Amino acid sequence: MATVAAGVRQSPKRARPKRRHMSFWTWFWLIMAALYFLVPLFSTLLFSLDTGAHQYGFKWYAKTFADPQFRSTLWLSLRIAIETVIIGLVLMVPTVYWIHLRLPQLRPVMDVISILPFVVPPVALVVGLSGAFNVMPWLLSNWWLILPLVYVILALPFTYRSLDAGMRAIDVRTLTEAAQSCGAPAWKTLLFVILPNIRTAMLAGAFLTLAIVMGEYTISSLLLFNTFAVYIYYIGNTQAYQASALAIISFALTWGAMMALLLFSRGRGRAGGVGQGAVGGR
Amino acid sequence: MATLDLQGIRKVFGATVALEELSLAVKSGELVSLLGPSGCGKTTALRIVAGFEAPTAGDLLVDGKDFVGVPAAKRNMGMVFQAYSLFPNMTARQNVEFGMRMRKVSRDKCRKRAEELLGLVGLAERVGNYPHELSGGQQQRVALARALAIEPAILLLDEPLSALDAKVRVELRQQIRGVQTRLGITTLYVTHDQEEALSISDRIAVMSQGNLEQIGAPADIYRSPRTEFVANFVGLMNGFEGRLQSADTVLVGASGRPVPVTETNACVAGDSVMVMIRPESIGLRELVDGAAPPEGTFEGKVVMHTFLGSVTRVTLSSDLGDLVADEPSLRALTMPPDTRVAVQIDPAGVRMLKR
Repeated sequence: MATVAAGVRQSPKRARPKRRHMSFWTWFWLIMAALYFLVPLFSTLLFSLDTGAHQYGFKWYAKTFADPQFRSTLWLSLRIAIETVIIGLVLMVPTVYWIHLRLPQLRPVMDVISILPFVVPPVALVVGLSGAFNVMPWLLSNWWLILPLVYVILALPFTYRSLDAGMRAIDVRTLTEAAQSCGAPAWKTLLFVILPNIRTAMLAGAFLTLAIVMGEYTISSLLLFNTFAVYIYYIGNTQAYQASALAIISFALTWGAMMALLLFSRGRGRAGGVGQGAVGGR
Repeated sequence: MATLDLQGIRKVFGATVALEELSLAVKSGELVSLLGPSGCGKTTALRIVAGFEAPTAGDLLVDGKDFVGVPAAKRNMGMVFQAYSLFPNMTARQNVEFGMRMRKVSRDKCRKRAEELLGLVGLAERVGNYPHELSGGQQQRVALARALAIEPAILLLDEPLSALDAKVRVELRQQIRGVQTRLGITTLYVTHDQEEALSISDRIAVMSQGNLEQIGAPADIYRSPRTEFVANFVGLMNGFEGRLQSADTVLVGASGRPVPVTETNACVAGDSVMVMIRPESIGLRELVDGAAPPEGTFEGKVVMHTFLGSVTRVTLSSDLGDLVADEPSLRALTMPPDTRVAVQIDPAGVRMLKR
């Protein structure tokens, strides 16, 4: 017995997992990277708080918030972003789902199509659109729809790839067939089984779309929309302090959206559970 | 409970013929296993029954009604998949309730039945767990409860135990059989594991290359295989070329050793036959001090042992060729390699197929 006890007794100085020490160069590059991002941000923040004569305050922020153009352009951009997200998801979720379920051979084709917006310059996109007005005159009477439609194309790489990654993480075919064998029609399968399990991917796609739309200048400017990005550009050309405040506000909005994404994606259950269970066991 | 009839089902994928012409009738309340190696068409057959694939030709009848073209969601067939197929966003109870919710069963009834079924599969305390909080065996039990929740006309199981470890597999297959017997539900079970099929089936349909090789009760399939494929796929078999000498003797191997038989399987004297002997039909006795083998036996030499627990598989060399015999481990241990043994073949264990 004594032997057994001795065998299992543990040393009072129990071996702790070794703390990984980062080398000098790891720290160096880490700090350099942090400075690269933080210094301009901090400088912009400082500049936006400068009220003159070495005094700091929220004067430029107050002025920005009081500007009716700020609210109207921000609201316009937000509205367009939301419309873009909705149209993009309504178009792409069923498409990507169907490709994964029935047409996996089309995935390479979709991969190529999805990167086209990176290849075609925004100016060319606008020129192409002006040609579309001649063919589809109804677009002119539904002017408000133009930017969301263009932005859906612009955001396609991000929407498609997020959704594609989300669908790859789950066994779409098995889940669909399981739902069908339970008596669920296609739309209920998509709504109750597939969508909840690609929620994070949808949110990621939505967030990226939101970020792109909020910051897009070229197309909105060429199509004469007074969006938030156009407003920032205008203020930047005329009032430097207020432009800095706007940049910080824009940055805060982006981070807010990212935090919201993190909060929403931390739901119960876990996507991608198919095929990932503990094999064996009880 | 329902009957299931597959009549001349053929399925072609491009240039590949997955099912030649499968005909199979499953009686009400019966559990029939489709057994065969990978690529034999068993899963394709099951998927056609489930409605996930359409047959290229043939009829599929459930209770005499034509089901070809009926969408999977309207077939009322519960299915357990090989891959863990629980909905990751739902708890065990919600998974089981899903099918009932699709049928607009009231919330209270859904809850009650889900809890009953989870109790039936031994997971009453796991109702609130998400799939990732359950082990593989537990997930498959929830999947079984989910398949049963819709009170299916037919239960379909597609290799539900293949991802589980050996011990859980044995436990779960007994549980599946227990539940199936208790509910009397017509069941089609796909597996490539002969032990699984032999242990839980009312009948086994052995498939090979898109064809049904043989269908019958497990004992019949094991004892009286009708083709060489079935003989080799189900259990282990010693196979030799031979010629039937008379109604009770077959000459086996190049040496033409006479081996007694009790059943000739419609072969007549003079026929060239394939002689099949199960390992458990071969008895061994050690020959000591250069003794000659007794009458009715012949000499062999132990080549190697494979320990299987209570039984040890002994490989022998003899004038018939190499032989494999199953001996109780305690006795086999007394016959180490190079031991001379007297080999006795039980005539009742010898089967023949006409060449």
